[in-house]
Amino acid sequence: MSTTGIKTIRVNTLARVEGEAALLIKFRGNRVTDVKFNVYEPPRLFEALLRGRHCSEAIDITSRICGICPVAYQMSAVHAVECALGMEIDPAVRLLRRLFYCGEWIESHTLHVYMLHAPDFLGYEDCIAMARDHRAIVEKALRLKKIGNRIVTLIGGREIHPISATVGGFHKLFSRNELRELTDDLGWALEASLETVKLVSGFDFPEFEQEYEFVALQHASEYPFNEGRLVSNRGLNIAASQFEDHFIESHVEHSNALHCSLNGRGAYLVGPMARFNLNFDRLPLVAQQAARAAGLAPPVTNPFRSIVVRAVELVFACSEALRIVREYTPAARAHVPAPNRAGTGEALTEAPRGILYHRYSIDSQGLILSAKIVPPTSQNQRRIEDDLRAFAAQLVHRPLAEATWKCEQAVRNYDPCISCATHLLNVKIERH
Amino acid sequence: MNSKSKSKPRLGVFKLASCDGCQLTLLDVEDELLALAGAVQIAYFPEASRAMARGPYDIALVEGSVTTHHDAERIQQIRRASKTLFTIGACATAGGIQALRNWKDSDEFVRAVYATPGFISTLKLSTPISEQVRVDFELRGCPINKRQLIELISATLAGRKPNIPSYSMCVECKRQANVCVMVAHGTPCLGPVTHAGCHALCPAYSRGCYGCYGPMESPNTASLSTHFRILGQTNPELSRAFRGFNAWSPEFRHASEEADRA
Repeated sequence: MSTTGIKTIRVNTLARVEGEAALLIKFRGNRVTDVKFNVYEPPRLFEALLRGRHCSEAIDITSRICGICPVAYQMSAVHAVECALGMEIDPAVRLLRRLFYCGEWIESHTLHVYMLHAPDFLGYEDCIAMARDHRAIVEKALRLKKIGNRIVTLIGGREIHPISATVGGFHKLFSRNELRELTDDLGWALEASLETVKLVSGFDFPEFEQEYEFVALQHASEYPFNEGRLVSNRGLNIAASQFEDHFIESHVEHSNALHCSLNGRGAYLVGPMARFNLNFDRLPLVAQQAARAAGLAPPVTNPFRSIVVRAVELVFACSEALRIVREYTPAARAHVPAPNRAGTGEALTEAPRGILYHRYSIDSQGLILSAKIVPPTSQNQRRIEDDLRAFAAQLVHRPLAEATWKCEQAVRNYDPCISCATHLLNVKIERH
Repeated sequence: MNSKSKSKPRLGVFKLASCDGCQLTLLDVEDELLALAGAVQIAYFPEASRAMARGPYDIALVEGSVTTHHDAERIQQIRRASKTLFTIGACATAGGIQALRNWKDSDEFVRAVYATPGFISTLKLSTPISEQVRVDFELRGCPINKRQLIELISATLAGRKPNIPSYSMCVECKRQANVCVMVAHGTPCLGPVTHAGCHALCPAYSRGCYGCYGPMESPNTASLSTHFRILGQTNPELSRAFRGFNAWSPEFRHASEEADRA
């Protein structure tokens, strides 16, 4: 191998992420001179096309931003619209929405842990190749993922772009027995998620501790889904309505996704590691114990360990779903009618990959005047590049193929969802 | 994904402008995924694998609409490399929700939303794959139905025609003995003109169909529009109903423009 080391790491199509992105890292000697996490996913301009649509349609339309986390879009949209209309929701609806979100977290985290990220740690190109040597593990993962999808399908009618959420509640009233049918599956899922924590905590993790500003929702007593203040480990503590006063989006030339930064402080991190570090004491005991047994305690500052944090969140989601299924009592009606009034409403919810912000201004006919959406991956973009800058420097004398794979893995630590990140950007129109 | 099995049919999965949901459906067939991976060689599927093999492909599944020059060129390459090409979902089949831009003055659209000039380029229109290249079968839905995806792949491997009906969602709804939301509750429902495939999901949840599967074969949109008006729908509401995830399909496009003119 040359003593001068690697000159360039280039990945034209980043695999095992949702959407289209590329990676370019340039070196001079031992120094990393340039890092570009290039999002080339085509723009779809959702904020523009929402103008003039009825506010009730925001739930179904914004879900189409992302096929991986449609429930997150539906939840942020429905809460922002209800906020604009000044609506209160029934406690039973609130509980159902938490269960809905549990289903999406289980599906999405299982997909990422086993099918997108674990192959990196075990040295496989993909989970199909992994299944040849570890068939039982992959089969168990598929069953766990299917249980997450079963929850979403029960409440939402189908796993991708579900159809039941509406302003004021759901289109359908669910009986106690319908939900109880999930009990056996969830009992199995809880065990499987505990085994997941054990399995992934045994992987090899590179030494890579970083300093982060972690940003996540925080609720008085619960691990966060749909409600809470936005807090950080560096003193941020705001309501959703103050989000745009503190966070700034900017457009960089190499990315079709806007970068988001904290006013005056720069890059920050959202997602499982941020939630875990800021809300550890809100996790149910079973998840706290699983984390401790796996040697995981807040603050986790090595992004490669995010796979273990995701597994702990799987334990949380299964345990929380079980609790809800046991405690649920239906509301008097499926949904309360929405009033006609003009207003502006904001909401933050915790998508599997981190906070998802929606804001809508609505006229007195219920039509959307303006919309703003800030997804988790666009918020993590700067942090991804910062991680790569520090991490690539450690790899300069390694073989190129190995260094390339490791850098891909470092991006996959964030479970980036490019389809989400690219729904908004500046555009230049070219004529046919 | 499978380098040992050279004789197996080679499958490629490609993404243009879309949400990822239709290709995710391949990973959502949890019970059949490993069997499927045994029956075909998954040669190109970046969402699932680092191993990306060049063509030719026996089956190409294409998700997403064409919205950039880059993708307009890429779909030509994909077509050249593929023996059969199937579109999966409303974006690839009808231009998707992003086709709502097709009715706007693009320059105004950009000025109204974005304060500064951008670094990237996009086409004026979002168009379906069939406007660019020959398509062997269009699988409908936003998202597609996973059973229909398995049927399409199985039928192709077996050399038979896929059993995917083109009648209306209304037929599925009657078969399931759902209460008709339009007749019983006066809820506007696109079921009578919408392609089957979802098994009448929305009426089963007391909701009117909103057209995820696009137009059925020869839909009578004029008659349905009349009925929507009888139910008290205004012309703008009628236009919006047809202008959803399949807005740019000729039948729904025509119906929404009729409502705009009325």
